[in-house]
This record gives sequence, C-alpha cells and structure tokens, in this order.
Amino acid sequence: MTKTQAGTGEAAASPTAPEVPAIELDGVVKEYLAQGEVVQAVKGVTLSIAEGEFFSLLGPSGCGKTTTMRMIAGFEDPSRGAVRLRGQDVTGVPPNKRDVNMVFQSYALFPHMSVWENVAFGLRRRKVAEAEIKRRVGEMLEIVDLAGREKRRPREMSGGQQQRVALARALVNRPRALLLDEPLGALDLKLRQAMQIELKRIQREVGITFVYVTHDQSEALTMSDRIAVMNNGVIEQLAPPREIYERPATAFVAGFIGTSNLLTGTVERVADGCAVLAAGESGRVLVADGAHRVGDRIVVTVRPEKIVISTEEPAGEVSAVRGTVSEVVYLGTYNSYVVGLPGGTEVTVFQQNAHDSSTTAERGDSVWLSWQPQHSYAIGS
Amino acid sequence: MRRAKAAAAPYLLALPAWIWFAIFFVVPIAAMASVSLTTGNLLEGFQQTFSVSNYADAIGQYHTQLVRSLIYGGTATVVMLLLAYPVAYWIAFKGGRNKSVYLFLLLLPFFVSFVLRTISWGFILADDGILFGPLKSAGLLPGDFHVLATDVAVIGGLVYNFLPFMVLPIYVALERVDPRVIEAAYDLYASRWAAFRRVVLPLSLPGVFAGVLMTFVPATADPVNARVLGGTGNTMIGNIIQTEYMTNNDYPTASALSFTLMAVLLVGIFVYARSLGTENVLEAAAR
Repeated sequence: MTKTQAGTGEAAASPTAPEVPAIELDGVVKEYLAQGEVVQAVKGVTLSIAEGEFFSLLGPSGCGKTTTMRMIAGFEDPSRGAVRLRGQDVTGVPPNKRDVNMVFQSYALFPHMSVWENVAFGLRRRKVAEAEIKRRVGEMLEIVDLAGREKRRPREMSGGQQQRVALARALVNRPRALLLDEPLGALDLKLRQAMQIELKRIQREVGITFVYVTHDQSEALTMSDRIAVMNNGVIEQLAPPREIYERPATAFVAGFIGTSNLLTGTVERVADGCAVLAAGESGRVLVADGAHRVGDRIVVTVRPEKIVISTEEPAGEVSAVRGTVSEVVYLGTYNSYVVGLPGGTEVTVFQQNAHDSSTTAERGDSVWLSWQPQHSYAIGS
Repeated sequence: MRRAKAAAAPYLLALPAWIWFAIFFVVPIAAMASVSLTTGNLLEGFQQTFSVSNYADAIGQYHTQLVRSLIYGGTATVVMLLLAYPVAYWIAFKGGRNKSVYLFLLLLPFFVSFVLRTISWGFILADDGILFGPLKSAGLLPGDFHVLATDVAVIGGLVYNFLPFMVLPIYVALERVDPRVIEAAYDLYASRWAAFRRVVLPLSLPGVFAGVLMTFVPATADPVNARVLGGTGNTMIGNIIQTEYMTNNDYPTASALSFTLMAVLLVGIFVYARSLGTENVLEAAAR
C-alpha cells in the first residue's frame, strides 16, 4: 500500500523519481469528425498519475474529461499522443486487454445476471479457478457491504447498492487503476456524501489507483490527492485540492472551484516583495506572489472567506478597498455580503457567524474590505 | 361518483376490443370444438355425439402431414433464426443513421400480397422457367434438375415469407441493449465473442423468443407455400385442413385436425419456453 494512506489532500502522492507512474498520458489529442469538421475534444493532455493515487479529472460537461478517461480505458484511441500503463505503451490496445477497469456513470450492470455473477464476470473471463473466484467475490462483496445479497438482480437494488456492485465488479479484478466516470451522479445528496467517504475508505483498503471523473468540485476537493481541472480539452491546472482552491492558476479555475473574486489593476509600486495595485481612492491591493513590475496589468483572485469586512479603515500591511454593501444574505453558518466597488466590480465576502449572529453591515452601508497579502493571487499572467 | 367513473374508464375503453375478441375468437373456437365432436356428413347432417374418435381417425390418417408440417415449420424457423439474427444485429449496431431505411427495405415486400409473392417464386423456380430454363439450355444444369415440389422449395418459401417477423423482434431486443453494458463486458476482459455470448445474446433472447413464436406457429400451419411451391409429396397439415373443409366438407375431421395442430403447437411452445428458461426470458423482457 502506498503513501496515499495519509488520506487528505495535502499528503499528495507526488510521483517520486524511481517509481513508474501507474498511468501516463503523453500529448494526447482526440479529434472527431462532426459534420465534416474536425473537432478537438482533447487538445494535448500530458499527465502522470502515481501508483495508489486518488486522481480527479474535474471540469464542466464537454471539457474532455470523459474522453480522456475513455482513452485510458481503451474505448477511444487517441488521434495523437500515447497512453502508458506502468510505463508500457498501451495506445491501440483494446479495453479487454488493458489492466484497468471502469465504473460507468449509469453502472452498466449486467441486468440478466445476479450480483454474484456480475462481480465474478471479469474473473471468469480471465479463467481464474472457481475456488479463487468464490473467495475473491465473497471478499469483495464484504468490502462493499453487500454480503448476503449475492442472488439479487441489479434492478432489485437501490441506486447506492447498484453503485457498490459496479465498484465491486471492477475492483475484484485488482486492476492497475480504477476509472470512475461520475459514479455518484445519479445518487441523491445524502447518499452521495456517504458514498464519497465510502469510496475513499475502499480506495485506502485496496490501495488501487483511482481516476475519478466529475463535474462536482466539492466531490473532487474532498476525495482527491490531486486534481486536474479541465476546460475546452486542456488541463487548466493540475495540483492538490488545497492548491487548486487556494491558488487557482487561471480565471477559469478560480471561477469553477468555489466562489472567487476577480480584481483587475495596474501595479503602482513594488515594496518588500509585494506588488501594490491601486484600487480606487485610498484603496490598495497587495499581491505577495510572483514577480511583477510597475505598470503591469494583473488579475488577482481572492476567496470570499479570506476577506474581513469592517466599518473602520483597517491598519497594517493589508489589502484594503472601500465599497458599498449591495446585498446581505444570511446562510446559517455564515453571512454572505456582496459589496460593490467604485469601479463597478462586485466582491463577495463570507463571514462566519462564530460569535455573534448579527451582521457587521447592512445594505447600503459603506464598508472596508481587507485581506492579507498572501491571499491575493495573480492569475493568468 | 366521478371517481367511480374514472375507475371504470379503462374497462369501458377496452370493452369494444373484448366484444370483438369474444365474437370473432371465443365463439368460433367454441363452435369448432363442438363441431370436432360431431359425426355425420353434409347431406345427412351432423349430430353432436361427443365422440373423440374423430381425433383418433384424423391423426391416424394424417399424422404424416402433421409431422411433416412440424419439421418444415421447425426447419424454416431455425433457418430464419440463423439468417435473421445477423441482419437484426447489423441493423441495430451498425445501421447508424440509416436504421429506419434498412427496416423499411426489409418490410418492402409486404406491399405485395403474400400469395402473389409466393406465386412469383413459383414462376421464378419453375422447372423450365426464367431461372432454370436458360441454365439448362446452356448445359449448366442437368435436364431433370428441379426445385419446385421439393422440401427445399416449401421450406425456402416459408423462410422467405416469414423472415421479417423474425428479424423485427430480434432487432427491437438488440436495440434495447444498453451499449454501455457491452462496453462494460469488454472492460471486464471479455473478448468480442464472450461479450456477445454472455451479454448481448442473453439480453436479446426475449426478441428471439418472440421471433420464434411469430414465425414457427404460422409457418407450421401455412397452406400457401406447400400448395404453390410444393408437390404431392410436400402436403402440409394446413392443406389437409383446407381440403377437408372446402372440398370434402368433412367439418368434424377438419375441426379435429385444427385442434390437434393447435394443441401440438401450444405444447411445443410451452416446452420451448421452459427449455429456453422462462425466467431468463421474462426477466430480460421485464427490464
């Protein structure tokens, strides 16, 4: 078993030098012919996924994430580029000869077979001895908590149970990697959250590389060791969840993952490694990262929960801008403010209801927004 | 009151069909059953004697044709299945956007009457007709070569006439197979053959079942092909029943033969359903 045992995002299984990655994509391009026109679904994806890693491909529908996964599974052949499993080039190898298994979005269970036969299918195709099949299928059904339901047919089971049959059917083969295509999409919220934890537990238990395709950013953030955010057939950012969230590399990532504020400005001066942007009268935005020169026009992201809202002008080396509250929404654990800046930009601020449920400001109030320099990230530069 | 009306609506709507069914199916069947148990003839009239000797006599006299019909029908059904499955498979999985065109082509012959088409085959296959005549005069076929009045002609005619009834249900069943389920089979190391054998074929069995039902029963009872394409040695039970009714006016024998045929077919279908695995068929069909 591997270093992903540590579980949470930070302890990412970054591929170390001598170890061969479980999956490698090398400049993979997928082109389709649609109505006489060449459409690129995937425009050159290069990535490498470490053994035992929980890797997510995250993006909106049509971003190329499913096509990328299908190329790993072997259902699609890349137009250009190579797919390698454990260092071995498998480009052009059919899916039944690849040591990866897939959990389909709709589960795609065999409707005419019992749960047991569904799970045993792969082992039977590989001519595994009957006694061994019996042992492994039983063991796997135990892991996914379906022992005692061997004789059921798929349609006699709930969505969550079918999901676990699909998982068991793939995992029982002990593949090099398990590919999951939006496996929780069809479940309701409660069950989905329970299954997220369940999936993570199973992954730790079996120690198999998971490649997880989803459009749900919270799902990707909670489960993954690393996330590749895809848009328009390219990877916008490939990093551990924390980094994706805290330091979005592009405006797309910033907008797609959580709520984010985008501020545009020109560098006025550089002091103490901090670029300072002018932001309205007596306002300033401090950017701690990157090398910026005076006169550069840069886009900065700030997460709403990093911003402090106050009526007094904040003191110290912090970013500070003035604005007018245009909306206050009470959301239980926190309040959400929308503050309009003089330039017309709107900034969203989340403030925890930790001490006092009363709001700091009301609609129409003039307020100061402030945040630490390290919470401003220049993007797309 | 209103609720009662609403509840009754489906029954009322079904009523015309039930009345139709009662008048044109139940009544004739009952009448035929009663006729099959009479004795007499057209001139002296028929008496209801409830004698089952009609059955024994009819079977004793015509068992050859009955068995022949079952063999012809069964053979034709097997041939149709072997021909229809690949066609249905091809249309369902490789037909692409033109599926409906292919299905239409398959049904095109139906725009010409069944009997007329069979008679056309009679012309085409005639001993010195448009096909064999030139071949014989060119010396490519021996002079006594013939197809008409053989088992092959009658079975061929049955296959030709009923083939679409085999293709369509199989096509519908294959159409309904989720392509992702087939992908899942490939993903789980199934070869093309294994994916077909273990997944596609079992999931299409309801279509096969329906196709066999829709072809075996009418093919076995069919009198037209044997009449038009067969000779005296190819008479089927349908021809006998027709002759008994229409020519000999021996209604009791004709009715008894009809019932015997029906019973044999029902038993055959029942055994077939059991051997194919009713569970499989019903479960897959209920999906």
